Amino acid sequence: MAKTLEETTKMAAKAGKNGNKKLSALTGNEAVAHAMRQINPDVVAAYPITPATEIVQIFSSFVANGQVHTEYVAVESEHSAMSATIGACAAGARAMTATSSQGLALMWEMLYIAAGLRLPIVMPVTNRALSAPINIHCDHSDTMGARDAGWIQLFSENSQEAYDNTIQAIRICEHPDILLPAMVTYDGFIISHAMEVVRIEEDAEVKEFVGEYKPDIYLLNTDKPVTMGGLDFTDFYFEHRRGLADPVSKVKDVVLQVGAEFKKQFGREYGLFETYKLDDAEYAIVVLGSTAGTAKVTIDDLRDRGVKAGMVKIRMFRPFPYDEVAKALEGKKAVAVLDRSDGLAGRGGPVFGEVRNALCDWPNKPVTVGYVYGLGGRDIGPEMIESVYTDLQEIAKTGKALNLVKYLGVRE
Amino acid sequence: MAAKLTEIRWHGRGGQGAKTAALLFGDAALAEGKYIQAFPEYGPERTGAPVQSFNRISDRPITIHSQVKSPDVVVVLDPTLIGPVDVTAGLAPDGIIIVNTNQPASVLKEKMHLNGRRLFVIDASKIARETIGRDIPNTPMLGALVRVTGLLSYETVMDDTRKKIEEKFKNKPEVIEGNLKAIERAYNEIQSE
Repeated sequence: MAKTLEETTKMAAKAGKNGNKKLSALTGNEAVAHAMRQINPDVVAAYPITPATEIVQIFSSFVANGQVHTEYVAVESEHSAMSATIGACAAGARAMTATSSQGLALMWEMLYIAAGLRLPIVMPVTNRALSAPINIHCDHSDTMGARDAGWIQLFSENSQEAYDNTIQAIRICEHPDILLPAMVTYDGFIISHAMEVVRIEEDAEVKEFVGEYKPDIYLLNTDKPVTMGGLDFTDFYFEHRRGLADPVSKVKDVVLQVGAEFKKQFGREYGLFETYKLDDAEYAIVVLGSTAGTAKVTIDDLRDRGVKAGMVKIRMFRPFPYDEVAKALEGKKAVAVLDRSDGLAGRGGPVFGEVRNALCDWPNKPVTVGYVYGLGGRDIGPEMIESVYTDLQEIAKTGKALNLVKYLGVRE
Repeated sequence: MAAKLTEIRWHGRGGQGAKTAALLFGDAALAEGKYIQAFPEYGPERTGAPVQSFNRISDRPITIHSQVKSPDVVVVLDPTLIGPVDVTAGLAPDGIIIVNTNQPASVLKEKMHLNGRRLFVIDASKIARETIGRDIPNTPMLGALVRVTGLLSYETVMDDTRKKIEEKFKNKPEVIEGNLKAIERAYNEIQSE
């Protein structure tokens, strides 16, 4: 599965030559490794895990070739990877890592510490199912499990978005109003290992866009000594956790501002979510990741047959854009939320819960149902997505759903 | 064929280069200004085990990210897969299947359920042994695919594949020339039923 060191080194050497503005045929992992090369972080500490391994494998060859000035720390586990990244970032460095699935799970306690210490760490995560049973393929259960850790989460539909989101996340996280960590996610194998056309921007332009990281408060600043990770009991813990909600509430504005600057510089548009043929849609789905691309094909097909189908593709899942999503879905006849993870909460997946929450107080709210699909990489094709729109048309007739939550594409 | 989305499925055995062939074809298509996808099916990867890889080629951006279920073209790198693996599964009614075999198309046709789909044969293993020195049939099958589909120009494929192979085998010029010769021969020797 993994490339040999020789191959990745050659790939790295080629990237150095061709690091100019052109279309390339790259996998998601290759595109993200290029984003990291152009970001040129001070420290990367990482541990390999399928299907994220290639990101840091390719990146380590950039380090070996002197194409970046990064201090690369080979650690013995993901827990150590996140710990070292936190240490480096607290010291004042721009620090990154990357992981997936069980690796993210092993980082668990450190994820909360990264956010609690207000460290702007950017971490690409290739979405992969959690064990058991053991599976290496895509679903979103890994990052969904980390949704309340205080990290920003940006989901990507394809390799281009994974590349663009990685670059934008640096600006979002390091914004003085934010100083929070972010996961940039993309679907394992479906995107991480599929070669497609990606525009890699010029090194100098990306460098200028991300700028230099100049932290105000950091441990190696001997002129302004601080303590990080101190003890808080009943006296101040609550105030500090309450304080964490303030930067979270500002993320939305900064994401939009950085998205606007990115569009001005590179031409591609990013918001909190993308809508597809939604304005006059009667039936809408809410979806994350690569399935959104497949859904576009279904929607075009349905539109050709006179069905007013549309879509909301969530980009920023954390913090969740409640009001904006509710406004976008207001007045639709019926809405389906597609979750690529099972929240096991007893009523649908985590995205379903958020969308229902968003719509709860909205006067003109549509009937909203949930689907759990694609666990462990189970394929979802246009026909399966079409079956959801067929359900929605039935639901719209009565205004009532027989099943609030369904499993899509599973053998029962 | 070029105006719409074309889907290709490669069947091979682990080690025959089905993934590399899909990547080379995808890269060459990009060099011609097309939008592409190239991806393998990831499962238990053992030398000799049946594997698949896929291409999508289009003049417009490709957003679909599901598996390829109804390909327009099937390329079979190893004839012993016919039978154990349903290589024509989902193949479009007017689809094309290209098989690496030393048997004539008429004989092979008897064994397959083609239902009007067109069969092309080429002894890619023989070409590979004679040009590369080993039975790695992926590059000759690439040549056969280019000829049969007409999706890409022969010159683009030769130029782009040379660049790709040169990166990989800088110190083995005989491998580079062997692979290019293999593409050229298969391009010229492909037989229809």
